[in-house]
Amino acid sequence: MAEGTLEVRIWRGGDEGAFGAYAVPARENQTVLDVVTEVQRRFEPSLAYRFSCRVGVCGSCAMTINGTPRWTCRTHVKRVAPEGRLTIEPLRNMKRVKDLACDMDGFLGKWASVGTFEGTATRADPPAAIDPASPARREVDAAIQCINCAVCHAACDVVAWDPHYLGPAALNRAWTLYNDARVADRRAVLDGALQPGGCHTCHSHGACTEHCPVGLSPTASIAGLKRAGLVSLLKGGRS
Amino acid sequence: MSEARLFLLQRLTALVMAPLVLVHLVLIVVAVQGGLTAGEILGRTQGSVFWGLFYGIFVLVAAIHAPIGLRNVLREWTGIGRRPIDWLMVAFGVLLLVLGWRAVVAVVGGGA
Ligand code: SF4
Ligand code: SF4
Ligand code: FES
Repeated sequence: MAEGTLEVRIWRGGDEGAFGAYAVPARENQTVLDVVTEVQRRFEPSLAYRFSCRVGVCGSCAMTINGTPRWTCRTHVKRVAPEGRLTIEPLRNMKRVKDLACDMDGFLGKWASVGTFEGTATRADPPAAIDPASPARREVDAAIQCINCAVCHAACDVVAWDPHYLGPAALNRAWTLYNDARVADRRAVLDGALQPGGCHTCHSHGACTEHCPVGLSPTASIAGLKRAGLVSLLKGGRS
Repeated sequence: MSEARLFLLQRLTALVMAPLVLVHLVLIVVAVQGGLTAGEILGRTQGSVFWGLFYGIFVLVAAIHAPIGLRNVLREWTGIGRRPIDWLMVAFGVLLLVLGWRAVVAVVGGGA
Protein backbone atom coordinates (compact mmCIF):
# COMPACT_ATOMS: atom_id res chain seq x y z
CA MET A 1 0.00 0.00 0.00
CA ALA A 2 1.20 3.47 -0.72
CA GLU A 3 2.20 5.41 2.34
CA GLY A 4 -0.78 7.28 3.64
CA THR A 5 -3.36 7.16 6.32
CA LEU A 6 -5.82 4.44 7.24
CA GLU A 7 -9.32 5.44 8.24
CA VAL A 8 -10.02 3.18 11.19
CA ARG A 9 -13.27 2.77 13.12
CA ILE A 10 -13.13 0.73 16.30
CA TRP A 11 -16.02 -0.34 18.51
CA ARG A 12 -15.90 1.21 21.98
CA GLY A 13 -18.14 -0.03 24.76
CA GLY A 14 -20.01 -3.24 25.47
CA ASP A 15 -23.29 -4.32 23.90
CA GLU A 16 -24.12 -0.62 23.99
CA GLY A 17 -21.50 1.65 22.59
CA ALA A 18 -20.30 3.54 19.55
CA PHE A 19 -17.47 3.58 17.07
CA GLY A 20 -14.38 5.66 17.67
CA ALA A 21 -12.62 6.99 14.57
CA TYR A 22 -8.84 7.05 14.25
CA ALA A 23 -6.35 8.02 11.61
CA VAL A 24 -3.48 5.53 11.62
CA PRO A 25 -0.42 5.75 9.41
CA ALA A 26 -0.39 3.08 6.71
CA ARG A 27 2.76 0.97 6.69
CA GLU A 28 4.30 -1.82 4.72
CA ASN A 29 3.59 -5.22 6.26
CA GLN A 30 0.92 -4.03 8.64
CA THR A 31 -1.55 -6.44 10.21
CA VAL A 32 -4.91 -5.49 11.61
CA LEU A 33 -3.56 -6.36 15.06
CA ASP A 34 -0.73 -3.89 14.47
CA VAL A 35 -3.34 -1.24 13.74
CA VAL A 36 -5.30 -1.97 16.91
CA THR A 37 -2.10 -1.94 18.96
CA GLU A 38 -1.04 1.36 17.44
CA VAL A 39 -4.42 2.89 18.24
CA GLN A 40 -4.12 1.73 21.84
CA ARG A 41 -0.56 2.95 22.25
CA ARG A 42 -1.04 6.31 20.56
CA PHE A 43 -4.65 7.38 20.99
CA GLU A 44 -6.70 5.19 23.31
CA PRO A 45 -4.79 3.74 26.25
CA SER A 46 -8.06 2.33 27.61
CA LEU A 47 -8.84 0.30 24.47
CA ALA A 48 -9.46 -3.32 25.44
CA TYR A 49 -8.53 -6.16 23.10
CA ARG A 50 -6.98 -9.61 23.30
CA PHE A 51 -3.91 -11.07 21.71
CA SER A 52 -0.98 -13.16 22.78
CA CYS A 53 1.22 -14.97 20.28
CA ARG A 54 0.96 -12.63 17.26
CA VAL A 55 1.78 -15.56 14.99
CA GLY A 56 -1.51 -17.41 14.55
CA VAL A 57 -1.12 -20.01 17.27
CA CYS A 58 -2.99 -18.91 20.37
CA GLY A 59 -6.34 -18.04 18.83
CA SER A 60 -7.01 -15.05 21.06
CA CYS A 61 -6.93 -12.14 18.61
CA ALA A 62 -10.00 -12.74 16.43
CA MET A 63 -12.25 -9.78 15.65
CA THR A 64 -14.76 -8.71 13.05
CA ILE A 65 -12.99 -6.80 10.32
CA ASN A 66 -15.14 -4.98 7.80
CA GLY A 67 -17.95 -7.36 8.66
CA THR A 68 -15.93 -10.57 8.42
CA PRO A 69 -14.58 -12.61 11.35
CA ARG A 70 -10.82 -13.07 11.09
CA TRP A 71 -7.69 -13.62 13.13
CA THR A 72 -6.15 -10.16 13.26
CA CYS A 73 -2.51 -11.05 13.83
CA ARG A 74 -2.23 -12.76 10.47
CA THR A 75 -4.56 -10.56 8.50
CA HIS A 76 -2.71 -7.98 6.47
CA VAL A 77 -4.43 -4.64 6.07
CA LYS A 78 -3.47 -4.61 2.40
CA ARG A 79 -5.43 -7.76 1.77
CA VAL A 80 -8.67 -6.84 3.52
CA ALA A 81 -8.76 -3.08 3.11
CA PRO A 82 -7.09 -2.07 -0.13
CA GLU A 83 -8.90 1.26 0.11
CA GLY A 84 -7.42 1.85 3.56
CA ARG A 85 -10.73 1.79 5.44
CA LEU A 86 -11.08 -0.53 8.41
CA THR A 87 -14.06 -1.14 10.66
CA ILE A 88 -13.07 -3.30 13.62
CA GLU A 89 -15.62 -4.85 15.98
CA PRO A 90 -15.65 -7.71 18.47
CA LEU A 91 -16.65 -11.16 17.23
CA ARG A 92 -20.33 -11.86 16.69
CA ASN A 93 -22.40 -14.35 18.71
CA MET A 94 -20.80 -13.58 22.04
CA LYS A 95 -21.58 -11.00 24.65
CA ARG A 96 -19.42 -7.95 24.32
CA VAL A 97 -17.42 -7.19 27.45
CA LYS A 98 -15.50 -4.07 26.54
CA ASP A 99 -14.41 -2.67 23.20
CA LEU A 100 -12.95 -5.57 21.18
CA ALA A 101 -12.99 -8.14 23.96
CA CYS A 102 -15.97 -10.44 24.18
CA ASP A 103 -17.08 -12.96 26.75
CA MET A 104 -15.81 -16.34 25.56
CA ASP A 105 -17.65 -18.32 28.26
CA GLY A 106 -20.50 -19.40 26.03
CA PHE A 107 -18.14 -20.52 23.31
CA LEU A 108 -15.68 -22.31 25.58
CA GLY A 109 -18.48 -23.76 27.70
CA LYS A 110 -19.97 -25.40 24.63
CA TRP A 111 -16.52 -26.61 23.66
CA ALA A 112 -16.02 -28.18 27.08
CA SER A 113 -19.52 -29.66 27.13
CA VAL A 114 -18.81 -32.09 24.31
CA GLY A 115 -16.32 -33.87 26.55
CA THR A 116 -12.69 -33.77 27.53
CA PHE A 117 -10.08 -36.35 26.78
CA GLU A 118 -10.43 -39.28 29.13
CA GLY A 119 -8.47 -42.36 28.24
CA THR A 120 -8.20 -45.79 29.77
CA ALA A 121 -4.43 -46.15 29.86
CA THR A 122 -2.36 -45.67 33.01
CA ARG A 123 1.24 -44.61 33.41
CA ALA A 124 2.23 -48.27 33.43
CA ASP A 125 0.81 -48.85 29.95
CA PRO A 126 2.95 -48.42 26.87
CA PRO A 127 1.95 -45.52 24.58
CA ALA A 128 -1.06 -46.42 22.43
CA ALA A 129 -0.07 -47.66 18.99
CA ILE A 130 -2.13 -45.58 16.57
CA ASP A 131 -1.65 -46.18 12.88
CA PRO A 132 -1.33 -42.71 11.33
CA ALA A 133 -2.83 -44.09 8.12
CA SER A 134 -5.95 -45.53 9.74
CA PRO A 135 -9.17 -43.87 8.57
CA ALA A 136 -10.13 -42.76 12.08
CA ARG A 137 -6.76 -41.15 12.71
CA ARG A 138 -6.93 -39.36 9.36
CA GLU A 139 -10.27 -37.87 10.44
CA VAL A 140 -8.67 -36.66 13.66
CA ASP A 141 -5.65 -35.23 11.85
CA ALA A 142 -7.88 -33.26 9.52
CA ALA A 143 -9.71 -31.58 12.40
CA ILE A 144 -7.27 -31.44 15.30
CA GLN A 145 -5.41 -28.19 14.62
CA CYS A 146 -8.15 -25.95 15.99
CA ILE A 147 -6.79 -22.91 17.86
CA ASN A 148 -10.12 -22.07 19.58
CA CYS A 149 -10.28 -18.69 17.95
CA ALA A 150 -14.11 -18.70 17.73
CA VAL A 151 -14.02 -17.31 14.19
CA CYS A 152 -16.26 -20.15 12.99
CA HIS A 153 -18.61 -19.64 15.95
CA ALA A 154 -18.94 -15.99 14.95
CA ALA A 155 -19.41 -16.85 11.28
CA CYS A 156 -22.22 -19.33 11.88
CA ASP A 157 -25.74 -17.98 11.41
CA VAL A 158 -27.26 -20.96 13.18
CA VAL A 159 -25.29 -20.09 16.32
CA ALA A 160 -26.88 -16.64 16.07
CA TRP A 161 -30.38 -18.07 15.65
CA ASP A 162 -30.38 -20.95 18.09
CA PRO A 163 -28.76 -20.28 21.47
CA HIS A 164 -28.75 -24.01 22.23
CA TYR A 165 -26.66 -24.89 19.19
CA LEU A 166 -23.23 -26.22 20.15
CA GLY A 167 -21.66 -24.62 17.10
CA PRO A 168 -18.93 -25.62 14.67
CA ALA A 169 -15.87 -25.58 16.94
CA ALA A 170 -17.40 -27.67 19.73
CA LEU A 171 -18.78 -30.21 17.28
CA ASN A 172 -15.47 -30.32 15.43
CA ARG A 173 -13.88 -31.11 18.79
CA ALA A 174 -16.45 -33.85 19.42
CA TRP A 175 -15.54 -35.39 16.07
CA THR A 176 -11.85 -35.57 16.99
CA LEU A 177 -12.68 -37.18 20.34
CA TYR A 178 -15.06 -39.64 18.71
CA ASN A 179 -12.37 -40.77 16.29
CA ASP A 180 -9.63 -41.00 18.90
CA ALA A 181 -9.07 -44.69 19.65
CA ARG A 182 -7.62 -43.82 23.05
CA VAL A 183 -10.81 -42.18 24.30
CA ALA A 184 -12.51 -44.41 26.85
CA ASP A 185 -16.17 -43.70 26.08
CA ARG A 186 -16.46 -42.65 22.46
CA ARG A 187 -20.12 -43.61 22.45
CA ALA A 188 -20.83 -40.99 25.12
CA VAL A 189 -19.11 -38.36 22.97
CA LEU A 190 -21.28 -39.29 19.99
CA ASP A 191 -24.43 -39.34 22.13
CA GLY A 192 -23.63 -35.83 23.32
CA ALA A 193 -23.22 -34.61 19.75
CA LEU A 194 -26.55 -36.17 18.76
CA GLN A 195 -28.55 -34.31 21.42
CA PRO A 196 -30.90 -31.46 20.50
CA GLY A 197 -28.66 -28.54 19.64
CA GLY A 198 -26.03 -30.96 18.38
CA CYS A 199 -24.88 -31.92 14.90
CA HIS A 200 -28.36 -32.15 13.37
CA THR A 201 -28.89 -28.46 14.00
CA CYS A 202 -26.17 -27.61 11.43
CA HIS A 203 -27.34 -26.49 7.99
CA SER A 204 -24.11 -27.59 6.32
CA HIS A 205 -23.86 -24.23 4.60
CA GLY A 206 -20.16 -23.99 5.29
CA ALA A 207 -19.65 -20.46 6.65
CA CYS A 208 -17.46 -21.94 9.41
CA THR A 209 -15.25 -23.72 6.91
CA GLU A 210 -15.09 -20.67 4.69
CA HIS A 211 -13.78 -18.53 7.54
CA CYS A 212 -11.65 -20.90 9.64
CA PRO A 213 -8.21 -19.27 9.52
CA VAL A 214 -6.32 -22.55 9.83
CA GLY A 215 -8.28 -24.19 7.05
CA LEU A 216 -10.26 -26.74 9.03
CA SER A 217 -13.67 -27.93 7.91
CA PRO A 218 -16.07 -28.11 10.85
CA THR A 219 -18.76 -28.68 8.21
CA ALA A 220 -17.13 -31.97 7.26
CA SER A 221 -16.65 -32.95 10.90
CA ILE A 222 -20.33 -32.28 11.62
CA ALA A 223 -21.36 -34.25 8.55
CA GLY A 224 -19.19 -37.06 9.95
CA LEU A 225 -21.08 -36.93 13.24
CA LYS A 226 -24.42 -37.07 11.42
CA ARG A 227 -23.16 -40.05 9.46
CA ALA A 228 -21.92 -41.79 12.60
CA GLY A 229 -25.31 -41.14 14.22
CA LEU A 230 -27.13 -42.69 11.27
CA VAL A 231 -24.84 -45.71 11.17
CA SER A 232 -25.33 -46.36 14.86
CA LEU A 233 -29.09 -45.94 14.48
CA LEU A 234 -29.28 -48.31 11.52
CA LYS A 235 -27.12 -50.86 13.27
CA GLY A 236 -29.73 -50.91 15.98
CA GLY A 237 -27.65 -48.96 18.41
CA ARG A 238 -29.02 -46.27 20.65
CA SER A 239 -30.36 -42.87 19.48
CA MET B 1 -37.95 -39.09 19.31
CA SER B 2 -34.20 -38.53 18.98
CA GLU B 3 -32.63 -35.99 16.64
CA ALA B 4 -30.91 -38.81 14.72
CA ARG B 5 -34.22 -40.60 14.18
CA LEU B 6 -35.95 -37.42 13.00
CA PHE B 7 -33.01 -36.71 10.69
CA LEU B 8 -33.34 -40.20 9.20
CA LEU B 9 -37.13 -39.95 8.90
CA GLN B 10 -36.89 -36.60 7.17
CA ARG B 11 -34.53 -38.05 4.59
CA LEU B 12 -36.45 -41.27 4.08
CA THR B 13 -39.71 -39.40 3.55
CA ALA B 14 -37.92 -37.07 1.13
CA LEU B 15 -36.78 -40.15 -0.76
CA VAL B 16 -40.34 -41.40 -1.03
CA MET B 17 -41.74 -37.99 -1.91
CA ALA B 18 -39.32 -37.18 -4.72
CA PRO B 19 -40.88 -39.52 -7.33
CA LEU B 20 -44.39 -38.80 -6.04
CA VAL B 21 -43.88 -35.07 -6.52
CA LEU B 22 -42.61 -35.65 -10.06
CA VAL B 23 -45.60 -37.79 -11.00
CA HIS B 24 -47.91 -35.25 -9.38
CA LEU B 25 -46.38 -32.37 -11.35
CA VAL B 26 -46.48 -34.25 -14.65
CA LEU B 27 -50.06 -35.20 -13.92
CA ILE B 28 -51.03 -31.58 -13.39
CA VAL B 29 -49.45 -30.54 -16.68
CA VAL B 30 -51.15 -33.36 -18.55
CA ALA B 31 -54.48 -32.87 -16.82
CA VAL B 32 -54.81 -29.17 -17.57
CA GLN B 33 -54.36 -29.72 -21.32
CA GLY B 34 -57.64 -28.64 -22.83
CA GLY B 35 -59.12 -27.22 -19.64
CA LEU B 36 -59.86 -28.66 -16.27
CA THR B 37 -63.18 -29.55 -14.74
CA ALA B 38 -64.15 -31.13 -11.45
CA GLY B 39 -65.97 -33.81 -13.36
CA GLU B 40 -62.88 -34.70 -15.33
CA ILE B 41 -60.77 -35.02 -12.20
CA LEU B 42 -63.31 -37.08 -10.35
CA GLY B 43 -63.79 -39.25 -13.41
CA ARG B 44 -60.14 -40.16 -13.22
CA THR B 45 -59.83 -40.56 -9.48
CA GLN B 46 -63.13 -41.93 -8.21
CA GLY B 47 -62.87 -45.56 -7.30
CA SER B 48 -59.24 -45.71 -8.33
CA VAL B 49 -57.24 -47.81 -5.90
CA PHE B 50 -54.03 -46.61 -7.56
CA TRP B 51 -54.65 -42.91 -7.06
CA GLY B 52 -56.07 -43.56 -3.62
CA LEU B 53 -52.85 -45.29 -2.57
CA PHE B 54 -50.69 -42.80 -4.44
CA TYR B 55 -52.11 -39.75 -2.69
CA GLY B 56 -52.72 -41.58 0.57
CA ILE B 57 -48.99 -42.35 0.83
CA PHE B 58 -48.12 -38.87 -0.41
CA VAL B 59 -50.12 -37.29 2.39
CA LEU B 60 -48.60 -39.61 4.98
CA VAL B 61 -44.98 -38.89 4.09
CA ALA B 62 -45.65 -35.17 3.70
CA ALA B 63 -47.29 -35.10 7.13
CA ILE B 64 -44.12 -36.64 8.60
CA HIS B 65 -41.64 -34.63 6.53
CA ALA B 66 -43.05 -31.12 6.85
CA PRO B 67 -43.28 -30.86 10.65
CA ILE B 68 -39.65 -32.00 11.06
CA GLY B 69 -38.48 -29.17 8.84
CA LEU B 70 -40.86 -26.63 10.33
CA ARG B 71 -39.63 -27.63 13.78
CA ASN B 72 -36.12 -26.53 12.87
CA VAL B 73 -37.39 -23.27 11.42
CA LEU B 74 -39.41 -22.48 14.55
CA ARG B 75 -36.45 -23.33 16.79
CA GLU B 76 -34.24 -20.91 14.94
CA TRP B 77 -36.66 -18.13 14.18
CA THR B 78 -39.00 -17.94 17.16
CA GLY B 79 -38.56 -17.79 20.88
CA ILE B 80 -40.96 -20.67 21.44
CA GLY B 81 -39.55 -23.33 23.78
CA ARG B 82 -38.45 -26.72 22.52
CA ARG B 83 -41.21 -28.74 24.21
CA PRO B 84 -44.08 -26.54 23.00
CA ILE B 85 -42.62 -26.65 19.48
CA ASP B 86 -42.53 -30.46 19.58
CA TRP B 87 -46.18 -30.64 20.63
CA LEU B 88 -47.17 -28.00 18.09
CA MET B 89 -45.48 -30.05 15.40
CA VAL B 90 -47.24 -33.24 16.45
CA ALA B 91 -50.50 -31.33 16.14
CA PHE B 92 -49.44 -29.89 12.78
CA GLY B 93 -48.60 -33.35 11.47
CA VAL B 94 -51.94 -34.74 12.59
CA LEU B 95 -53.70 -31.78 10.99
CA LEU B 96 -51.92 -32.38 7.68
CA LEU B 97 -52.79 -36.05 7.88
CA VAL B 98 -56.47 -35.46 8.61
CA LEU B 99 -56.92 -32.72 6.00
CA GLY B 100 -54.93 -34.64 3.43
CA TRP B 101 -56.63 -37.96 3.87
CA ARG B 102 -60.03 -36.28 3.96
CA ALA B 103 -59.23 -34.77 0.57
CA VAL B 104 -58.04 -38.13 -0.75
CA VAL B 105 -61.26 -39.78 0.41
CA ALA B 106 -63.24 -36.97 -1.21
CA VAL B 107 -61.72 -37.45 -4.65
CA VAL B 108 -61.26 -41.21 -4.59
CA GLY B 109 -64.35 -42.22 -2.66
CA GLY B 110 -67.36 -43.57 -4.53
CA GLY B 111 -68.89 -40.15 -5.01
CA ALA B 112 -71.75 -40.82 -2.65
S1 SF4 C 1 -21.87 -25.57 8.28
FE1 SF4 C 1 -23.00 -25.80 10.19
S2 SF4 C 1 -21.63 -25.14 11.80
FE2 SF4 C 1 -20.76 -24.41 9.84
S3 SF4 C 1 -21.53 -22.33 9.65
FE3 SF4 C 1 -23.00 -23.66 8.61
S4 SF4 C 1 -24.54 -24.20 10.16
FE4 SF4 C 1 -22.78 -23.32 11.23
S1 SF4 D 1 -12.41 -24.58 13.86
FE1 SF4 D 1 -11.14 -23.00 12.91
S2 SF4 D 1 -12.35 -21.11 13.12
FE2 SF4 D 1 -13.23 -22.59 14.52
S3 SF4 D 1 -12.27 -22.17 16.51
FE3 SF4 D 1 -11.07 -23.80 15.50
S4 SF4 D 1 -9.47 -22.74 14.38
FE4 SF4 D 1 -10.99 -21.19 14.91
S1 FES E 1 -2.45 -13.35 18.57
FE1 FES E 1 -2.33 -15.53 18.73
S2 FES E 1 -3.52 -16.15 17.02
FE2 FES E 1 -3.46 -14.01 16.78
